[in-house]
Amino acid sequence: MNLLKFFRKDTTAPAARERLQILLAHERNMRDQPDLLGVLREEILAVIGKHVKLDPDKVKITMDRGSTVSTLEVDIEVPNRFEKLAVGAA
Amino acid sequence: MAKVLVVTSGKGGVGKTTSTAALGAALAHTGQRVVVVDFDVGLRNLDLVMGAERRVVFDLINVVTGVAKLPQALIRDKRLETLWLLPASQTRDKDALTEEGVGEVISALREQFDWVICDSPAGIERGAILAMRYADAAVIVTNPEVSSVRDSDRIIGMLDSRTLKAEKGEHIDKHLLITRYNAARAARGEMLSVDDVLEILSTPLLGIIPESQEVLRASNVGTPVTLSSADSPPARAYIEAAQRLRGETVAMTVPRDKKGLLDRIFGRRAA
Repeated sequence: MNLLKFFRKDTTAPAARERLQILLAHERNMRDQPDLLGVLREEILAVIGKHVKLDPDKVKITMDRGSTVSTLEVDIEVPNRFEKLAVGAA
Repeated sequence: MAKVLVVTSGKGGVGKTTSTAALGAALAHTGQRVVVVDFDVGLRNLDLVMGAERRVVFDLINVVTGVAKLPQALIRDKRLETLWLLPASQTRDKDALTEEGVGEVISALREQFDWVICDSPAGIERGAILAMRYADAAVIVTNPEVSSVRDSDRIIGMLDSRTLKAEKGEHIDKHLLITRYNAARAARGEMLSVDDVLEILSTPLLGIIPESQEVLRASNVGTPVTLSSADSPPARAYIEAAQRLRGETVAMTVPRDKKGLLDRIFGRRAA
């Protein structure tokens, strides 16, 4: 057994520092700005909701806020009979 | 000239009230006239930590709404002649605190005291903003732990935008007070180090308060730690922080790891 490894404890402070640096860089940029990702999510769902009755259980949204790039994934299961619903609603 | 100081953090439970009492008592001990003001409406605790819980008659809201005059609500500390407390209300009616009303009370306190120390509630809501609103300087209390550091960053942003000084384009002095610091754990790399926290928050350091039983003992008996055990490490750290607040230059004491040799050899390497 590696003696050094035996005595060395798993250090978590570097992970804490790194996570904070990334998160705070993002939050500082976003300060006093509308949450673009949040606005996009709401508007996209609203547009789709005009045409399709959205089942909340069939909507998967993932957001990943990074330091330079963020991603928004909207995964909506649209039933094939949506046209009928849309016509019925119109 | 009077200085209005807000003790704030964003996160709860990091030691705002303890620090308010300890710094207030340390400043008053040097003869400065100090009033500590509890802004935590509905959850007041500064009276308890100061040992004045049985002497509260009127509170900040009573003064703001005109039910009581300021001198009626101020409670003089039994140990220090120059230390006073303005308690918060225990009622849930937070809306009774208006910006103008608080402003008038702070102005009146400025006339009578050298230091007006405002103990902020946790959070970033109205109460926290009112507590910092009229401050000249801020003490940001931070634990070396991710959620506390994140919230401190948020509060620092608010100090730079929501205070009256910031709105007038003036500079608000910000001081970082690291509390509950455990040197052994930091040395072993289990806890964010002072350097980590300073680098992330880039705010000048006011002091490092080591984690200590003395702090709990002090609150148990309702005496600020700087009075109950003035020679203990946390009390010394608070006393030095108070000296720095007064503009004195005091060498920073970084709490040392007092663990054994083995721990030292292997712990430091890991850090």
